[in-house]
Amino acid sequence: MTNKILAVLEQRESIIKRSAFEVAHTAANLAKDLNTGAEAVVVGNSVSNIDEISKYGIKKITHLKNVELENYSSSGYTEALVAFAKESDFEVLVISNTALGKDLAPRLSVKLGAGCVVDCIKINVSGNDLNFTRPTYAGKALIDMKLLTSKKVITIRPNVFKAQVSENSQPPEVIVKELASVNLNSKVTEFKKAAGKLDVSEADIIVSGGRGIKGPENFHLIEELADALGAAVGASRAVVDAGWRPHNEQVGQTGKTVSPTLYVACGISGAIQHLAGMSSSKYIVAINKDKDAPIFNVADYGITGDLFEILPALTSEIKKTK
Amino acid sequence: MKIVVCVSHVPDTATRIKVGGDGKTIDSAGVTFIINPYDEYAVEEALKTKEKLGAGEVVVVTIGSDNCKETIRKALAMGVDSGVLLKDENPRDSLGIAKALAEEIKAQGAQMIFMGKQSVDYDNSIVGQLTAELLDYNCIPVVVKFELDGEKVIAEREIEGGREIVQTSLPAIITCQKGLNEPRYASLKGIMAAKKKTIEEKAAATYTPTSEIIGMHLPAGKQPGRIVGSDASAVPELVRLLKEEAKVI
Repeated sequence: MTNKILAVLEQRESIIKRSAFEVAHTAANLAKDLNTGAEAVVVGNSVSNIDEISKYGIKKITHLKNVELENYSSSGYTEALVAFAKESDFEVLVISNTALGKDLAPRLSVKLGAGCVVDCIKINVSGNDLNFTRPTYAGKALIDMKLLTSKKVITIRPNVFKAQVSENSQPPEVIVKELASVNLNSKVTEFKKAAGKLDVSEADIIVSGGRGIKGPENFHLIEELADALGAAVGASRAVVDAGWRPHNEQVGQTGKTVSPTLYVACGISGAIQHLAGMSSSKYIVAINKDKDAPIFNVADYGITGDLFEILPALTSEIKKTK
Repeated sequence: MKIVVCVSHVPDTATRIKVGGDGKTIDSAGVTFIINPYDEYAVEEALKTKEKLGAGEVVVVTIGSDNCKETIRKALAMGVDSGVLLKDENPRDSLGIAKALAEEIKAQGAQMIFMGKQSVDYDNSIVGQLTAELLDYNCIPVVVKFELDGEKVIAEREIEGGREIVQTSLPAIITCQKGLNEPRYASLKGIMAAKKKTIEEKAAATYTPTSEIIGMHLPAGKQPGRIVGSDASAVPELVRLLKEEAKVI
């Protein structure tokens, strides 16, 4: 049986990312439903955790390798992946909807003559047909759609599809393909790490601050709680527009749409464009003085009180449980 | 140098979305439409680039119905030289939009293109990359810092946990992210001048759709949860709930 599904895995600094294992597991499930096989591909110079892939139901992985691909190159990755996908005639490519996935998926779709659907939160298989559900208007509405092409490129939203570990897996078959040349028309020359430890788009827990925090000098209360929880720091648009926090922390319609396991909103009233970006979080905690604030309409647990008193207490209580 | 900036006409971000009668798109009755917020950064960067070069022309391009002229006028009022409306009454998928834009960019002979990193309606964030691949142009998406040095393009793009510095060359498409610049306001003089600027109308290049929307629906509403208390004394109970009920910490 030929494998018709290809999981395109993302590695950063030689490590395959957690979101890529979600891709692997999703590809394996799709293959089962479509009665075909799935395999994986990873591009880069070195990859240290390649063997882990078999835990997610993938038995064969190809490493497209070249020393020039230590850093990301959209042209280099596109060229290498298109050649690989054409050679083995894959029908469906699955990628994570990360910065890299969003960059790559549309490029691959054009070069492969495939339809492209991004940011899927659900994939339904009926017979040989695939239907996709994805958010629009930052999550205020969902659309169900299908691709009319036989070849398909799909990106899936991180943190939504689970990467389940299967037991007693054998090590995968690893094929290393040394690339003779790399197209470096466009290449990353350097990666500048942001000051924050964790990015809101990848975090399991997010602690966000809004106008209720009253000034940038009080944001340490948010940071301390985030530290105690191992969480990323987020911010509302008001706080970013006021220049209190960098825009890469902004959650909402003109910021990032997130779906962590736990979202703690502190001093955020819940403007519609903020709610759109975070209401799909699994659990939401709201701390706000105004008991009529719209954030309480989506919160699972709320405290209607003064955050200057509640946040330090919450931080120390969390620390006690660890 | 000719610079093209692509914009889209979208519902204001404060809009409450209702599903329209067709069950596939939004009910646009009473909805205010604006220039896509990310496209404002694109317009600003296009104007800044022209100013830095000290010569050239900026053309704004959009695709859609007559209503989109409002958004073209907004860009013209900010200082863009002229506009093109690629007419199509029906909504298109991303590839359909990219094909129409690619045709127009080719016709304009433009080597430098700016657009927003995504439009805040369908949130696909792929039109820039699709257009670039159709034209065999370079493309750097989600840019927060941009520099053009002759033919060389150096940009910083936002990714998880930091920024990538990307090097490429013209012809190139840059998709713009918040933080790139502070879009200028249209002056009264600009608004008056915009009225005299030309908007060329032509049919958008035809295409065969590659996707189809089956239906649109609103996400299941959340039940309002529990108010645990009104001061710090509620904290231990909140932590217990997170641990034992939600099992998230």
